[in-house]
Amino acid sequence: MKIKLLFIATLLFWGCFNGKKPETVAIDALEKNQNKQVDNVSDLEVNDFSDFEKYLKKKDGKIHVINFWATWCAPCVKELPYFEKLNAEYKDQGVEVLLVSLDFPHLYEKKLIPFIKEKKLQSKVVALDDPDMNSWIPKISADWSGSIPATVIYKNDTREFYEQSFNYEELKEKLNPFLNH
Amino acid sequence: MKKSIQVLAAALVLVLISAFTLSEGYKIGDVAEDFSLKNIDGNMVSLADYEYAKGFIVTFTCNTCPYAVQYEDRIIALNNKYEDKGYPVIAIMPNNTAVKPGDDLDAMKERAESKGFTFPYLIDAEQTVYPKFGATKTPHIFVLQKTDAGNVVKYIGAIDDNYKDESAVTTKYVEDAVDALLAGKDVPLKETKAIGCTIKV
Repeated sequence: MKIKLLFIATLLFWGCFNGKKPETVAIDALEKNQNKQVDNVSDLEVNDFSDFEKYLKKKDGKIHVINFWATWCAPCVKELPYFEKLNAEYKDQGVEVLLVSLDFPHLYEKKLIPFIKEKKLQSKVVALDDPDMNSWIPKISADWSGSIPATVIYKNDTREFYEQSFNYEELKEKLNPFLNH
Repeated sequence: MKKSIQVLAAALVLVLISAFTLSEGYKIGDVAEDFSLKNIDGNMVSLADYEYAKGFIVTFTCNTCPYAVQYEDRIIALNNKYEDKGYPVIAIMPNNTAVKPGDDLDAMKERAESKGFTFPYLIDAEQTVYPKFGATKTPHIFVLQKTDAGNVVKYIGAIDDNYKDESAVTTKYVEDAVDALLAGKDVPLKETKAIGCTIKV
């Protein structure tokens, strides 16, 4: 906390020095802090499948869009902005995007956390670390061969699974039936 | 006019059906078609070249997928254990190298040399073989048994149940499958799922 205050104070000083309105600078700094959801490995929620299963079974009337991805998966990284956009644009309509990283645990610190920070990901990010993949992949979908990206969209008991890449239009198309449901 | 629309519709249906059939790939019990693919040494390799073989451990893998890399040593160990028993590893790189230059023939050759691959490492340059198998990712294993009817698919899936820690593996799916086939028994677990890198088209 002290460091944060010092940071703001420094910005205030810097702001004054540059002739900007100091208030604005301070607010910007606070907002930037709020955007950072995962700053280091200790902030990252890591689940094995039994912990993770709760995210697949919510019956809260919300539309859950769960995307399985990894920083090493180029097509996953390519489509992440569409999930981010979906999260931002449909939040008010009860849509929640969850980005489930399948990165290797030993690379959380080196790859995943810097990626989350660099891309300023706004959707909730959790890691799934459960090496006995044959035991849990079929529980997510019997149709899933195990390649990523893969996405689950569900609302209460209605559920669809997609083992494919999306662009934004395609993603909206898959979301629409849930919005009207 | 009406007739031509009907013909067109029928053609479209046929195209759709064949597209779906192609994308599904082999199921357990299907006979796998032979192929002729270029090895890293420049020679063409077919399953028919292996007269001594009782079957094959066909492994779709590549240089650039971290899961595939994680399994490289175990793929080498599989070949060392089973080649002499009649089940050699045949590794096939299925990615489009325009998308993944790190998987082109030169890179494959380099990787095979540095790791000391003891098996052929073939390139599916036209990307026609992996769809027939129905491989979707790397690594993706198909154990075939040579019979009078052809090479029958006996196992599809992962190598074992722990990609990240070999010492924590509890079930070696591929070894169990090949051991069963060598003993004239039924494969205990015929299909498994694992996370892998999507084959790049």
